[in-house]
Amino acid sequence: MAETTPNQPVTKPPSPFVENFKTVMKKLKKNKAAMIGGYMIIFFFLVSIIGPWLTVHPVTTPDLTNRFAPPSTENWFGTDNFGRDIFTRIVHGMSITLYIGFASVAIGAFFGVLIGVISGYYGKKIDSVLMRIMDVLLAFPGILLALAIVTVLGGSLQNVVIAVAIFSIPMFARIVRGSTLAVRKLEYVDAVRALGATDVRIIFRHILPNIMSPIIVQATLRIATAVLTASALSYLGLGAQPPTPEWGAMLSDGRAYMWDSLHLTLFPGLAIVAVVLAFNIFGDGLRDALDPKLKD
Amino acid sequence: MSDKQNTIIDVNELQTSFFVDGKEVKAVDGVTFDVPSGKTLGIVGESGSGKSITSLSIMRLINNPGKIKGGEINFNGENLLDKSEAQMRKIRGNQISMIFQEPMTSLNPVFTVADQIGEAVMIHQKLSKKKAREKSLEMLKLVGIPSPEKRLDNYPHELSGGMRQRVMIAIALACRPELLIADEPTTALDVTIQAQILRLIRNLQEELGMSVILITHDLGVVAETCDYVAVMYAGKIVEYADVNTLFRDPKHPYTVGLLKSLPRHDIDMEGDLSTIKGMVPTPDNMPKGCRFAPRCPFARDMCRENLPHLEDEGDGNQVRCWIHTDQWDGPEVNVKDDYESAASKQS
Repeated sequence: MAETTPNQPVTKPPSPFVENFKTVMKKLKKNKAAMIGGYMIIFFFLVSIIGPWLTVHPVTTPDLTNRFAPPSTENWFGTDNFGRDIFTRIVHGMSITLYIGFASVAIGAFFGVLIGVISGYYGKKIDSVLMRIMDVLLAFPGILLALAIVTVLGGSLQNVVIAVAIFSIPMFARIVRGSTLAVRKLEYVDAVRALGATDVRIIFRHILPNIMSPIIVQATLRIATAVLTASALSYLGLGAQPPTPEWGAMLSDGRAYMWDSLHLTLFPGLAIVAVVLAFNIFGDGLRDALDPKLKD
Repeated sequence: MSDKQNTIIDVNELQTSFFVDGKEVKAVDGVTFDVPSGKTLGIVGESGSGKSITSLSIMRLINNPGKIKGGEINFNGENLLDKSEAQMRKIRGNQISMIFQEPMTSLNPVFTVADQIGEAVMIHQKLSKKKAREKSLEMLKLVGIPSPEKRLDNYPHELSGGMRQRVMIAIALACRPELLIADEPTTALDVTIQAQILRLIRNLQEELGMSVILITHDLGVVAETCDYVAVMYAGKIVEYADVNTLFRDPKHPYTVGLLKSLPRHDIDMEGDLSTIKGMVPTPDNMPKGCRFAPRCPFARDMCRENLPHLEDEGDGNQVRCWIHTDQWDGPEVNVKDDYESAASKQS
């Protein structure tokens, strides 16, 4: 047995999380598209936080003397049918979009992970019942399900978040269930059971940390879908109500004037595309980086 | 067998089955043994003989589709099969601990050694994190890991196989259990490390005064570490004896076959090592009579038709074979001496 030297400073070895993070970052950096996506996401966050303080035009006050103005140095993206500056509205709409994306995915992930982990861990009847419910949810096209939920709850930003969250649940539940099934079979789960650990302890302390990667990847990709769905709902008039500068609602407003003043729809549309694209390519890159099978 | 008041655990007619596709597969079929306090019992058998299932049954860790169908497991006089799940959790890791076969996968990859050793004491003794860490350090010293302070914050992937198994032992012993079940603790390790780990278990057993059930398929390990041996074949115990008797005077043809198939350094080996002909019967194709009969060089019609009982040989040792009963209708045989000649005539 080695001598003990309690006062000697001990260099703490790097945790696998840190190590893992480093290798994941290394792989991400090699993936140019993912890096662009990542920088775009950071940029969007900065815009949503700082942007509203930098814009000079009012967000909701109409200026009927300056309607349908084309893009110019004064109004970068032009003005809409009420004479409001589109650039200002897009900048202000950024935080709404990100809020919808993150809030709905957070709620959906929370319940989805819970259902998935319970399903996968307990199996048998609980698994069958929960997964059949998830199958029912999955059987609806996402947008249709969200539409139905918002119709029932009434159109508002909160309800869009709830609707998108609900239709994200089955995706998370399925993925988490699969990962849980794989982890549950590993010997260390038996080992902690043999130590007298409760099911709750095993699930939350031992299984969840081991299945974080697929959850993170799914969440990133899911944000893109959430943004798209929320915009679609707003476009259909079921989401954010005017004069909220929500991009989908702006698209909807500009639709009637599309042939005469394209900029009313073009810029909000481009903004949605940019956010969805950023989260999608970043999520794809993240999946490749976190996938241990693709280790070089 | 040993006297009752000094047994730590007494397994009686344990039956564990798995239900697959509506069919019952009897993995453990009426296993009976006991472990005297402070002693080591080795359970030996081939793969699929039910030895691991026996140990998991004692811990009540049989997962679906498996089920403990019957029998008794009396631990300190109380039947574990009557306990609630919550009561079992208090016993697991606290009074009965288990070491698993595969040290590589039995540790959670995302937690440090200190976290994992501390887990057991935090569960059972509700110690604070700081106290648990001190306990972890104490345990690491106990199992002889060099520079334990450094190892506390290591993650499993930073340790070698032997060290991981030591950590597993430290985890299992953190609450000072009365009974340690070691399920092939050395199978995944190389031979020098095997010897170290076995010696460690033996020393700790003496130091802590606990009883051990050692599951293994390695008779060499048994000879070195066990006081008593139960030989399992196809879900049943075929022979139970103290270790000296078993190696000196094995009674069951299967035990003899196992011993004969071991290389010995004290006897000049000529030709091939002997093997036991045939295969372990699959559970869905169990022989009607003695389960070893299809492979036994002495088997007669009575063996193939009727299952022998585990008979006491008078000295506490037991054997499940017709040869050692009055009903034996064949010629007089000495299993140990006649085995080889009989085996050579086997087709």
